[in-house]
Amino acid sequence: MIEFHLDTRSGVSPYRQIVDQVRRALRLGLLNEGDQLPTIKEVVGQLAINPNTVLKAYKELEHTGLVAPRPGVGTFVTATLRDGSLAAHGPLRRELVRWLAKARRAGLDEESIEALFRDAFRAGAEQDIA
Amino acid sequence: MIWLAWRQFRAQAAVVFGALAVLAIVLIVTGLRLRHWYDTDGLANCTTGDACDALTSWFTGRYSWLQTLLSNVLILFLPGLTGVFWGAPLIARELESGTYRLAWTQSVTRTRWLAGKIAVVGTASVAASALLTWMVSWWYTPFDKIAHNKFDPTIFSERDLAPIGYAAFGFALGLIAGLLIRRTLPAMATTLVGYIAARIIVVYWIRPHFQAPLHITALLQQPGAGSARAAKAPAVGQIPQGSWIVSTKLTDPSGHSVGAIRIPLGSPCMATNSCVAGYHQTLTYQPASRYWPFQWYELTLFTGVALILIGFCFWWINGHSLRPASGGAAHASRPDATLPSQQAPAPVQ
Amino acid sequence: MSAVLQADGLGKRYRRRWALTDCTLRIPSGRVVGLVGPNGAGKSTLLNLAVGLLTPTRGRIDVLDAPPALGPAELARVGFMAQETPTYSGLSVADHLRMGARLNPGWDRKLAEDRIAQLGLDPAQRAGKLSAGQRAQLALTVAVAKRPELLILDEPVASLDPLARRQFLQGLMEVVAEQGVTVVLSSHLIADLERVCDHLIVLIASRVRLAGDVDQLLATHHLLTGPRRDPERLQAGQQVVSASHTDRQSTLLVRTDEPILDPAWTVEPVGLEDLVLAYMSPEPTGRGGLTGVPR
Repeated sequence: MIEFHLDTRSGVSPYRQIVDQVRRALRLGLLNEGDQLPTIKEVVGQLAINPNTVLKAYKELEHTGLVAPRPGVGTFVTATLRDGSLAAHGPLRRELVRWLAKARRAGLDEESIEALFRDAFRAGAEQDIA
Repeated sequence: MIWLAWRQFRAQAAVVFGALAVLAIVLIVTGLRLRHWYDTDGLANCTTGDACDALTSWFTGRYSWLQTLLSNVLILFLPGLTGVFWGAPLIARELESGTYRLAWTQSVTRTRWLAGKIAVVGTASVAASALLTWMVSWWYTPFDKIAHNKFDPTIFSERDLAPIGYAAFGFALGLIAGLLIRRTLPAMATTLVGYIAARIIVVYWIRPHFQAPLHITALLQQPGAGSARAAKAPAVGQIPQGSWIVSTKLTDPSGHSVGAIRIPLGSPCMATNSCVAGYHQTLTYQPASRYWPFQWYELTLFTGVALILIGFCFWWINGHSLRPASGGAAHASRPDATLPSQQAPAPVQ
Repeated sequence: MSAVLQADGLGKRYRRRWALTDCTLRIPSGRVVGLVGPNGAGKSTLLNLAVGLLTPTRGRIDVLDAPPALGPAELARVGFMAQETPTYSGLSVADHLRMGARLNPGWDRKLAEDRIAQLGLDPAQRAGKLSAGQRAQLALTVAVAKRPELLILDEPVASLDPLARRQFLQGLMEVVAEQGVTVVLSSHLIADLERVCDHLIVLIASRVRLAGDVDQLLATHHLLTGPRRDPERLQAGQQVVSASHTDRQSTLLVRTDEPILDPAWTVEPVGLEDLVLAYMSPEPTGRGGLTGVPR
């Protein structure tokens, strides 16, 4: 069962964080079809947040077709964000780790690495659109 | 509510009623012995004579420690003390500690809450004094038969019915003190003072007038010539035994009331045995036959006042918001002069 | 949408001082409502009026469409936890539950016992020996086990350490999730309320300064920074809540329903705590401030 955590300083609203964490879990294969999400009571009992917040998050996930409630039982995953790319995650991750090591050896600090990545990411995205 | 009132009260009740149970055993044992002596030693028939006096004084000295305990401690204090220790804290403690805010937000009304407390603690207060009074009255019966002094102010207050009224009054006084003062110790002190004041006022100014007292006037008689003994007051002998002499008055031959008769030594009247000639003594008294009616009057008076006070408590507790004396908003208040006095419109859905 | 609490011109005076002035409120149901304000602002007074422990000097207040504490039926629908959590120190935890069972016809015994067990409280332990956090949990249990429609909590976490505070709020939110009860809780710490409240009332110096759904409040308040500017020259429809200036720069917190079109301003969202603090601070220099009349 997935467990949520809340970052109060991130500036992202709590309900958004829950939605994002569910989506991330789906993408990484931590949640599969048929898995049950924690009940609202369980979530608020752990995070001490308003139940309406969790309800709102689950409703949005339901709206995007990812989960569906089963009355009296709970909320269950009905779709997955995983594509066939999960298989590629492993090798890609290894390559990324190697690249990071190379960047550090070249003398880049963390901030520069992040800036470089973001720049390349944005440039790549723009290229895709164009 | 009865359960809760009892649960809060049971320890105190156990102490007092346990002590009363122990006392009962002591009184039964000693009281039976006293009755035995009274019956077998012929004290009932003994009225005059030196032998009689000796027997009487022997008897009245029996169990003097117990007599002191009962008359000067227990029956004197218990009715007032239940008011001070059970009545005053009953509401005051809840107001002072804030637990009333827990009790009054359950699903019972304040009336029912108060009624439950009174039912348990008020009844116990009255019952304790009633038990003690009856035990003491029973135990003292032989002494009272000899002394014929049940109508005397102090003894009257310790027999038969009167202490029951005192207990009810003491409890009600404590209750209202606690309700209005809202702090336990000041309420207890106020109850004690009020109780004592009320008892004194009744004894001296009200009880003598439950019924119009009777009067009797008689000439003073000088005792044997040359003797320095006090003049006999034959008036005393004319009133029924066991009556309560409320007051006495001396009047001189011309009809003026005097405090005392002063006769210088060697006055001529001593020879003619006429020093107190012409002096009258007037007794104001309540005859012994009125003892029981007066006991009922006293009981009714104190119980009636108690009921009025309790009724007031019910009225008060429902109509008034009770901010306790320690302060409902327990924080220092900020002066509101620093902020603008207009109110921003509050957009509410 | 029905209102659980409605106040009209409510005022309460103690001797010379007005603890609450001209309070007009409408609290919708199904919310967790935070009542925030500095010490002495009148929060306790308002909550005590709502449960009938105080009677109004002026105006009126209705709770669940009836005067507070009108009778046993009305008392049963509202659960209350008073400031500083009064409990009977001589009575045990189990005794408190027994008291609740006897004084409340709607008492859910299983709920109470389950909660006590889940909290790990010893039923035989006297309430006077419990820690502050445990007493707060006990008081909450007594308040919720009668299954009220409205729960009013007066500074429930004020004197609790951070762990106890978190545990209390967790338990409270579980109750809300399970029973759907409307909650009104007061605090002088906004951080406590930020997590759990979706409706906010700000009470300062015995008056209501701000009231509304948190989402809406956050959406309509913005922090504007830009070159030094006289607040008078803002566009219409904007209400300045607070303003501060240096010789070069102006920072304004404004409230508006319309978008900010002036390109000179950098517009940022406001956090709830900063928002409330802005209302709490004294009237700013310049026009408007808290009069609330948009131009």
